[in-house]
Amino acid sequence: MSETNIFDEMWGRDEALRAPYNEFQSWFQGEDLKRLRAKQREAEEVFRLTGITFNVYGRSEAEERLIPFDIIPRIISGREWQKLCKGIEQRVRAINAFLHDIYNRQEIIKAGRLPLEMITKNEAFLPQMIGMTPPGGIYTHIVGVDLVRTGPDQFYVLEDNARTPSGVSYMLENRETMLQMFPELFSRNRVQPVQNYPANLRRSLAACAPNRCEGKPTVGVLTPGIYNSAYFEHAFLADQMGVELVEGHDLRVIDGKVAMRTTQGYKAVDVLYRRIDDDFLDPLNFNPESALGVPGIMDVYRSGGITIANAPGTGIADDKAIYSYMPDIVEFYTGEKAILENVPTWRCSEPDSLAYVLDNLADLVVKEVHGSGGYGMLIGPTATKKEIEEFRRKLKARPGNYIAQPTLSLSTVPIFTKSGLAPRHVDLRPFVLCSPEGIDITPGGLTRVALEKGSLVVNSSQGGGTKDTWVLED
Amino acid sequence: MLGKTANGLYWMFRYLERAENTSRLVETGQRIGLTRLGQDDDEWGSVMQSASVLNGYNASHDEVTKDAAIDWMLRSKDNPASVLSTISEARQNARMVRTALTHEVWEAMNGCYMAAREALARKVSERDLPAVLGLIRQRTALVRGATHGTMLRNDIYNFVRIGTFLERADATGRILDVKYYVLLPSAMAVGSSIDNVHWETILRSVSARGGFRMAYGSQVNAHDIAQFLILDRRMPRSLNFCATKIHANLRHLATDYGTEPQSLVMSQTLVDRFLKHDIDSVFDYGLHEYIQTVLSTLGRLGGQIEKDYRFYE
Repeated sequence: MSETNIFDEMWGRDEALRAPYNEFQSWFQGEDLKRLRAKQREAEEVFRLTGITFNVYGRSEAEERLIPFDIIPRIISGREWQKLCKGIEQRVRAINAFLHDIYNRQEIIKAGRLPLEMITKNEAFLPQMIGMTPPGGIYTHIVGVDLVRTGPDQFYVLEDNARTPSGVSYMLENRETMLQMFPELFSRNRVQPVQNYPANLRRSLAACAPNRCEGKPTVGVLTPGIYNSAYFEHAFLADQMGVELVEGHDLRVIDGKVAMRTTQGYKAVDVLYRRIDDDFLDPLNFNPESALGVPGIMDVYRSGGITIANAPGTGIADDKAIYSYMPDIVEFYTGEKAILENVPTWRCSEPDSLAYVLDNLADLVVKEVHGSGGYGMLIGPTATKKEIEEFRRKLKARPGNYIAQPTLSLSTVPIFTKSGLAPRHVDLRPFVLCSPEGIDITPGGLTRVALEKGSLVVNSSQGGGTKDTWVLED
Repeated sequence: MLGKTANGLYWMFRYLERAENTSRLVETGQRIGLTRLGQDDDEWGSVMQSASVLNGYNASHDEVTKDAAIDWMLRSKDNPASVLSTISEARQNARMVRTALTHEVWEAMNGCYMAAREALARKVSERDLPAVLGLIRQRTALVRGATHGTMLRNDIYNFVRIGTFLERADATGRILDVKYYVLLPSAMAVGSSIDNVHWETILRSVSARGGFRMAYGSQVNAHDIAQFLILDRRMPRSLNFCATKIHANLRHLATDYGTEPQSLVMSQTLVDRFLKHDIDSVFDYGLHEYIQTVLSTLGRLGGQIEKDYRFYE
């Protein structure tokens, strides 16, 4: 796969400026590199002072890092976005229908479209959810659908994040920073706003309150605490929504409700946007060692006393092993062909696929089924012989633990470097809100960018950065 | 508001106030040391005592020296009351209560922390000391200013103020406690230059030289200083001023919440029983005993506030 084959979102494949970048390019040509370099530093200062940092696991408290921010916006036309939205909405509807089915009648298994062991042997499947329908029938209230692009009209879903997708605070702060630094760019382009996200999130969560809730629902954000890597985001969202940010020890079960300890006594919570994993949610029902959760919250949940968003057990839908079945899942529940394509995926649990993968390791990306954050994966084309052989051993030992995909030639967008613009690979995480009132997709989302030339790894834990993402009003 | 949030706000501002008090005491020690003849560093023992950090210091040092004392008070990670430790704690609490603070207050707090961490990363040389102390004074003042200028006057603000004034009353009380013997009537008659040093130390420790002159003229005497620091209602660091503020904020909370908690009764008693007299009756009661009683009442009041407003359970 040669470099020239790569689609650049500003210059296409043949150095012809693409329409969404017209205004940007004419602005950029009039800019002085020195001024832009100063702006880049200014942006970093803003992020540091605002405390938009993430904590690095396993380090001391002093280690709060900035996720690098690149000042060049990624620009998507309104028409392109509309098409994406249709696909995202279809996929998210299917995921919620799938979750309801899998924890209730399991029609998809009866129909032979999904093997039973995909459920029974999956740690993400929560037996505690069997036979239960969450308030409003919504399982995954907040979804992040990770997309990559390989051509003008070719997008793939890389993975679905149906548990607790993070990064939305960066989307919002990136925009805020850009508005402050380059107001003139926003005067020249009509960029669809993202600032309504916190208000929409609150409305969406409130719309999922349990039936038993009378009056205006009390919403809270549940965080593991200030040492969690995403604490900034938890505080940010609670602040922007105007709701309480609670930890497990602020909550307890009283009279069949979950209540938070306030200066005036205990007050019931109706909807809890939790940012802790299923396993830590309730020491009585899950991991008994958990000090982060609320003892008995699952019992309140099952009796309809509280809404937990996202619902426990949603991980079964974004599991990498299930991923390969997504086209079938979408079709099964919507009756339509999936609008957004999956990346072709070999399930190493199947002998034929495993044989193919072992023969072609140097060309493939191999991922752990339950891994996340870019850890424990092999990128064949850039790996050393030794790394490939190591992975070969791992694969043979536990084939069911892996899936493999072709290396896609991900699109690039320009970033700002010392010598001007330079192309780097990106992905996109749009944020989706689901409630009985409907599905709401914020225009754009979080663009993650691999800052190293040629690198395909965009994860912030491994040197990736972020960009403001613009969807233009056509 | 969450009990945890009230707790975080209260401690954020206690720590911030403590950082200011400690750096002011360092400034005082340095100033007295420079303007006094003689070579020994004995003033630093009493300065550290005023900051309640002498015991910790003695546990890890063999002798009191100026350099070691300054380092202990400004930067030591082993000293929980050092300026760096307290600013870090204040900021940690601010992170915890981020949703209760305005953007301006959080930024000022975070900026204060970043500046202090940088300025105190290495041992501070004598030459740099005035600039570093100035920086801390400015940065903490910025947090207070942002709080004053941008925060709603609601229960959040009440806990901020209660934390601030409890810490401040405690600091003034401790300074008086360490120096109480210079303020006794028997010391007044002496009037030697040694006493002048003590008085100046006391006034500098609470940033009150100018205020004192304005209120009492340039003649310094022990009677007036005691009156000024204990009972004066204009002096923002006097015991009376602080206790009155604590009480007013507790009263506001009680009205707001429609309750009459134990802490309100305690603060009322504190103001009524101890702070509505003239200074002569304080001396009659016994200055030392008086200060001790006020300090322990403040301690109990803090504990009661934690209970009344469910800081922990």
